[in-house]
Amino acid sequence: MSDNSKHSQADEQLHWLVRPATIRKLWIGFSVVLALTVVAQSVIYVKGYFGIDAWFGFGAVYGFASCLLMVLVAKVLGVVLKRPGDYYQEPGATHSTNDSKRVVEESVDGT
Amino acid sequence: MGLETLSPALILLLAAVLIGLLRGHARTAVVLLAPLLTLWAVWQVPDGVQGTVKFLSYYIEPVEGSPLRRLFATVFAIMVFVGGLYAYRVARWYELSAAFAYASGAVGVCFAGDLITLFLYWELMALFSTVVVWCGGTPAARAAGIRYAIMHLLGGVILKVGIEGVVVGTGSIQVQPMLAHDFSTWMILIGILINAAAPPVSAWLADAYPESSPTGSVFLSAFTTKTAVLALILLFPGEPVLIGVGLFMVMYGIIYALLENDARRILAYSIVNQVGFMVCAVGIGTQMALNGAAAHAFAHIIYKALLFMSAGVVIYRTGKSKCTDLGGLFRTMPLTTACGIIGALAISSFPLTSGFTTKSMISQAAVDESLVVVYMLLTAASAGVFLHAGIKFPWFVFFQRDSGLRPKDAPWNMGLAMVLFAGLCIVLGVFPELLYSLLPYPVEYVPYTAGKVLFYLQLLLFSGLAFFVLLPLMKRTETISLDTDWLWRRAGPALLRLAEKGLAIMGAVIDRLRLRSQQLAQRLATRYLGQPHTADSKERGVFARSWPIGTTALWIAGLLSAYVLLYYL
Repeated sequence: MSDNSKHSQADEQLHWLVRPATIRKLWIGFSVVLALTVVAQSVIYVKGYFGIDAWFGFGAVYGFASCLLMVLVAKVLGVVLKRPGDYYQEPGATHSTNDSKRVVEESVDGT
Repeated sequence: MGLETLSPALILLLAAVLIGLLRGHARTAVVLLAPLLTLWAVWQVPDGVQGTVKFLSYYIEPVEGSPLRRLFATVFAIMVFVGGLYAYRVARWYELSAAFAYASGAVGVCFAGDLITLFLYWELMALFSTVVVWCGGTPAARAAGIRYAIMHLLGGVILKVGIEGVVVGTGSIQVQPMLAHDFSTWMILIGILINAAAPPVSAWLADAYPESSPTGSVFLSAFTTKTAVLALILLFPGEPVLIGVGLFMVMYGIIYALLENDARRILAYSIVNQVGFMVCAVGIGTQMALNGAAAHAFAHIIYKALLFMSAGVVIYRTGKSKCTDLGGLFRTMPLTTACGIIGALAISSFPLTSGFTTKSMISQAAVDESLVVVYMLLTAASAGVFLHAGIKFPWFVFFQRDSGLRPKDAPWNMGLAMVLFAGLCIVLGVFPELLYSLLPYPVEYVPYTAGKVLFYLQLLLFSGLAFFVLLPLMKRTETISLDTDWLWRRAGPALLRLAEKGLAIMGAVIDRLRLRSQQLAQRLATRYLGQPHTADSKERGVFARSWPIGTTALWIAGLLSAYVLLYYL
């Protein structure tokens, strides 16, 4: 099957999307787009509803800052809330890996 | 009783029965045609109450039409069709049958003109959604299904208490706007909010949905919470409590999704997050806000089902659902990856997707009412949605690192279902008027202004930057996160065990005391009431023994003086 040969080639040689060179280009491209969205505000008028949200680059700063805050809050809460994956399992019960059994049972389609 | 009092929901209920009876192509035909027939029937329902039926001593209104009701019924019918297409080759017949009965309950609620009809369809949903959870088929699914059933039956009881109270208090069983101002209306509100996965019981959703089968979770994601949103719009528009509840749900969904490792559980938490937007909008309660809630529910059902479908394909093909086990699947699953990304962009309300044209209405409603804090929090949450669902889900499932998995792409029917919904996400994003014309109130809102698009692009793209900058902080761990369900899954049983132990200790103490007092009484009896063994060595009861003369004389003297005393009293 041609699929198999394609797979083995892909395995030997990294997929183009995950080559370090591509990733570097993606970062550069992404940075340019980010800069453009901020710079564009000098041309396009962003209507502010409450004063501060009309500031130059407010969306960018607010988006980044609120994400930073949410990730940090999640991190701190995680210290308190995180438990091992089998936390709720009865001590005696066998570990059932969710879906693997079902897939074996149900792989009936021929595509 | 005329034909007009028959709800379109009955078509799906009949189909659910037929799915059980038929086999092969006939069953497939029912699965695919019944939702389309329902869709047609939904659009045949005119506005207003379509006749009454006497039930017990009440006149109930099984079918009442309005643009809002038709809108929700429409998206439910579309959902059943595409969900059926997605599921019919893989799902067991009983799962399909239960899913159709479940959807029938949802469509029934849409057209319920009175509280009694609403309650009946509500319970139909609770029963058959539990069956869908059980169809996960694992011990974990069985346990989660039982917890799910308990939660929803409890919610049903609370709702029923509220309905009884309102019916007794006002004498009306009409579905009409009210505010939570007394016990009964609070009970109704709480009963509905339990189905909306509101705090403090949001945990049932992320507990149950990810345990169902890959196909079951697609159906589950659509109906229960959105029916609750519809019920809130019909019964509690402008209820101020809902703004706070909605904002809490929005933030809760983001934080928990950020902590989560299981792909479907991430999506489950983001349902809570998205329903939070709608609940908040219902709380704002203006025409713009209610339009926004309805439109967002419509768009949400489609892109959320799409996300669950892409996750479902991954689980179906690999048997894995944890981010720590997945990654790099884009190589062999391009279609699933593309559809997952479109769903993820839509949920993040990226311009040109359905999320942008609907969710921004809710923000606009907050602006119109000058709710600065609400607007700012919703905007922050929009950034957070991109973080937890928009990037995190596709990144950890399809990209991230190479997990070595090379599964095949989706089977054709699953692929077609995903393409249909992905197409709808984009069509509704590019031509929002299609949806706006179906909304309950006239829409003057213009989603695409250059300034608004630029603002959202800044907001979303910089949250994307935040994701990749903070990636080291978001390393996946094989953990779950505690939620309020800890109270009844851990603390409750632990308390019970403690109480059991306490009672056992008390029982032992009482036993010992009893034994001691018995021995003491025995000794006293032996000492003062004579020996148990008399001359013939046979054991006798206390009063049958031979007593010392002195004791007998004392008893007689005591009894006689008591008699004399009583005689003179």
